[in-house]
Amino acid sequence: MKEDIVDPVLEIHDLTVSYSRKPVLWDIDFSLPKGCIAGIIGPNGAGKSTLIKTIMGVIPSSSGYIKIFDQTLNAVRSRVSYVPQRESVDWDFPASVLDVVLMGRYGKLGLFKNTNKQDKRIALECLEKVGLQDYTKRQISQLSGGQQQRVFLARALAQEADLYLMDEPFAGVDAATEKAIIEILREMANKNKTIIVVHHDLQSVVNYFDWVILINMRLVASGPTQKVFNNKLIQEAYGGKLTLLTEIGNILEERQIPPREK
Amino acid sequence: MIAFWIILTGSLVAISCGLLGSFLILRKMSMIGDAISHAVLPGIVIAFLLSGNREPLSMLLGAGFFGLLSTFIIEYLHQKAKLQTDAAIGVTFTLLFAVGIILISVFTGKVDIDQDCVLYGEIAYVPIDLWILDDGTIMGPRPIYILSTVLVLIVLFITIGYKHLKIGTFDPAFATAIGIPTVLWHYLLMGAVSITTVASFESVGSILVVAFLIGPPATAYLLTDDLKKMLIITCILGVLISFFGYWLAYWLNASIAGCMTVLLGVFFTIVFIFAPNTGILAKKLKSNKNAISI
Amino acid sequence: MDDLVTFFSFSDPNIRYVVFGSILLAASSAIVGCFTLLKKKALVGDAVAHSVLPGVCAAFLFTGTKNISFLICGAFFTGWMSLLLIDYIVAHSKIKKDTAIGLVLSVFFGAGIVLLTFIQQSGNSSQSGLDSFIFGKAAALVGTDLVTFGVIAIILLVIVSVFFKELTLVAFDENFAKSLGFPVKSLDMLLTTLTVLAVVTGITAVGVVLMAAMLITPGAAARYWTDNIRKMVIIAAIFGALSGILGAYISYVAPSMPTGPWMVVTSSFIAVISFFCAPKKGIFAKWVRNNVNKTTMRDENTLKAFYHLGERDEDFELPRSMATLADKQRIGEKQLKKSLISLCSKGLIKETEEKWILTKTGVQDAARIIKLHRLWELYLTNYMHIAPDHVHDDAETIEHIITPEIENELEHLLGYPSDDPHKQKIPRL
Repeated sequence: MKEDIVDPVLEIHDLTVSYSRKPVLWDIDFSLPKGCIAGIIGPNGAGKSTLIKTIMGVIPSSSGYIKIFDQTLNAVRSRVSYVPQRESVDWDFPASVLDVVLMGRYGKLGLFKNTNKQDKRIALECLEKVGLQDYTKRQISQLSGGQQQRVFLARALAQEADLYLMDEPFAGVDAATEKAIIEILREMANKNKTIIVVHHDLQSVVNYFDWVILINMRLVASGPTQKVFNNKLIQEAYGGKLTLLTEIGNILEERQIPPREK
Repeated sequence: MIAFWIILTGSLVAISCGLLGSFLILRKMSMIGDAISHAVLPGIVIAFLLSGNREPLSMLLGAGFFGLLSTFIIEYLHQKAKLQTDAAIGVTFTLLFAVGIILISVFTGKVDIDQDCVLYGEIAYVPIDLWILDDGTIMGPRPIYILSTVLVLIVLFITIGYKHLKIGTFDPAFATAIGIPTVLWHYLLMGAVSITTVASFESVGSILVVAFLIGPPATAYLLTDDLKKMLIITCILGVLISFFGYWLAYWLNASIAGCMTVLLGVFFTIVFIFAPNTGILAKKLKSNKNAISI
Repeated sequence: MDDLVTFFSFSDPNIRYVVFGSILLAASSAIVGCFTLLKKKALVGDAVAHSVLPGVCAAFLFTGTKNISFLICGAFFTGWMSLLLIDYIVAHSKIKKDTAIGLVLSVFFGAGIVLLTFIQQSGNSSQSGLDSFIFGKAAALVGTDLVTFGVIAIILLVIVSVFFKELTLVAFDENFAKSLGFPVKSLDMLLTTLTVLAVVTGITAVGVVLMAAMLITPGAAARYWTDNIRKMVIIAAIFGALSGILGAYISYVAPSMPTGPWMVVTSSFIAVISFFCAPKKGIFAKWVRNNVNKTTMRDENTLKAFYHLGERDEDFELPRSMATLADKQRIGEKQLKKSLISLCSKGLIKETEEKWILTKTGVQDAARIIKLHRLWELYLTNYMHIAPDHVHDDAETIEHIITPEIENELEHLLGYPSDDPHKQKIPRL
């Protein structure tokens, strides 16, 4: 089931995404209202990360379109923030906590300008928000998993965006960090920011999210948590892949056929 | 004066290579640097054949072209033919290097490059390779001018691109998401590596180029946690290695390029063992202390 | 022509040595290379190749003779040490594998060059032969050397065939091998040793820099012809041997030509041909498949156009003009013409007076595609909850690839439906 919305923050229309011609997301179609914390929920390999990477333009789509604030991504990039998975980067990189958070300001700077006092002030504020004000000079590899995740969150905050997409921000973090993060997210939502979180722990869904997007290679449901997060729909999302879909995907890959006829 | 010119040459090469190499090793692309430094050979030979002399601009263009070509071939084999990256690198650079060697053998008479020079260069001849103006004024060794120009270009490139290179290296997905053209920066970096390789090739040979691309940055990487400091330490190491390497060679009466490389190995070993925090000795002590306190 | 005959009659003992040596060297490194390639350690061979130089030089300095066995021992020692060092650096610091390889490679080679300058200064007359270790000189192979290399190559082949199963398993899935109780560490050591042996034997033929190619290229090429590791190893060996013979032949015909580089060029040539022309995995094969797909889709779309017109007029066997058909499709006139000719040759349509008409089988085929299209639309709406106005584009592709098995499954799942989401009839066959 799918909730329709007027004046959405994010509108995804008929989106299909494939890896080497094999679709991992089929005809995804939903939209999202302003000021909510939305969870993208689904089993492993359901295409959750793929979905937000596609929204951020990191992975190309095979068909369909995405509109953010009723515009294309390129027009509104500075208003959108992305938090990749923690494991996706090499934490041995020679950089301090502050360095990484300052990266959040790069998008606004362009090629020739450098970060200034103002940027640094913002970065420090964001670090304070996530409770890492005492770690600014620390090398990033010396942080715990939870602290690394908070650094990423601070970097996203430093972007001062209106829409945030986060890939598994709760993966491998301690309970205290998880609680701290969700509180920050709530505060952001109260300021009318929209947050989309890839999440796989079903227990906490009801407490964390006011909107749920259930996917498993296709959209199962998208709507307010109390409306769509019920046993029937969860069962549908987690009840295994649609075998037919997988078979068709395999044929597309084997014969290298684009999912859309050109 | 001879010593000065040689050490200066070594330092110029070391700094240019080290600055670029820092980004290569952090991007886990060291072997691409190795590949490029071998793949430029046919470009050098062809440029030599076409222009008939060691005119630097045509050499730079010819070899720069082949350097970039090799990265494109590697990328193509990986993307289109689905060949694993390390194999793609191995197949590509050996083929281009082999073609270069064959070209040298075919045009032995016409090309003033021999196999030895290809591998370990002729840094000892730098002071003789003078740039003489039409009116007879001696301007000093020619390679110094070429290498200085390249160094200025590289420093400019890194200063301007510092932010984008840094973020594209640390977190490419985030960089793409905030609208940085990561693919463009990748090829700019490869282009810069090609040009540096070629300019250094003649003086120090392909092995020292690889050594300077990887060695000083790897050593600096163990010494610091800050990218800017890493770049600075890399430069200092490069100069030290050139200086002591030359005198080691002088003292042993051995190959200069070889001695610089050996010295680099010595520096790395010392840092690897004794570096504060990251050295294996420091780690051992720490784990011992922990064992005692438990 | 004379050259060709003389060469391949192998009557000249020198030719025999060189050819036999080249084949042996190239084939054995190709075989070992397959395993390092599959273990994603292809460039390790490059490091070993560079690292044997100081060993060779040191052995020469110590013994003062060019006895090949001593040189090989030296080479073996430093080659092996370089691999251990790479692993040690990676395990005990934040330095990554590629950097460790590059570092060890250049430092060892630099040390080798320093030793080489000592040898040159010592004025030892027999030093000239050492050059062949750096640049390779297969043509310089002489009888006694060949015996040594031959023995090593045969040892290598024997070890590989004895431990074939174990090596395969380790190369394929180390963790799985561990869980089965295989001594993974020792097998890793074995592979390392084999790699060093292969490099030591091959290096005299092709030299330091190009040795990596002898290990990597034949295996990479063979990978395109088969998915079976046994076959892959055999094919790689053949490719290696072939490049060995060709390299030897070229430098026989043109003595100024270096054998090693030509071996590498021929082997790369074979690899390039494999990348492009291998069945299934080659780039051309993919390209051809793509074209076949395109024409099938084009033809099936034309059939659909006939069917849609037939549905409108409630008569499927009316003649249709090019213009009416073009109206129903998004393709140009040229493509449509081609498509009609192709369908005609398959007996699905006939031409009558500038117009085209479906045959009986044509009607059947067209109906099947329409049926698949509508079944898929129904599947998307029922099972994937996609709105009926969004399903058409997707079905436009999927209709062309549904196999009879999937067709049955679909019909069964959907309960043999009669209408699609747009209330159009699903044809019965």
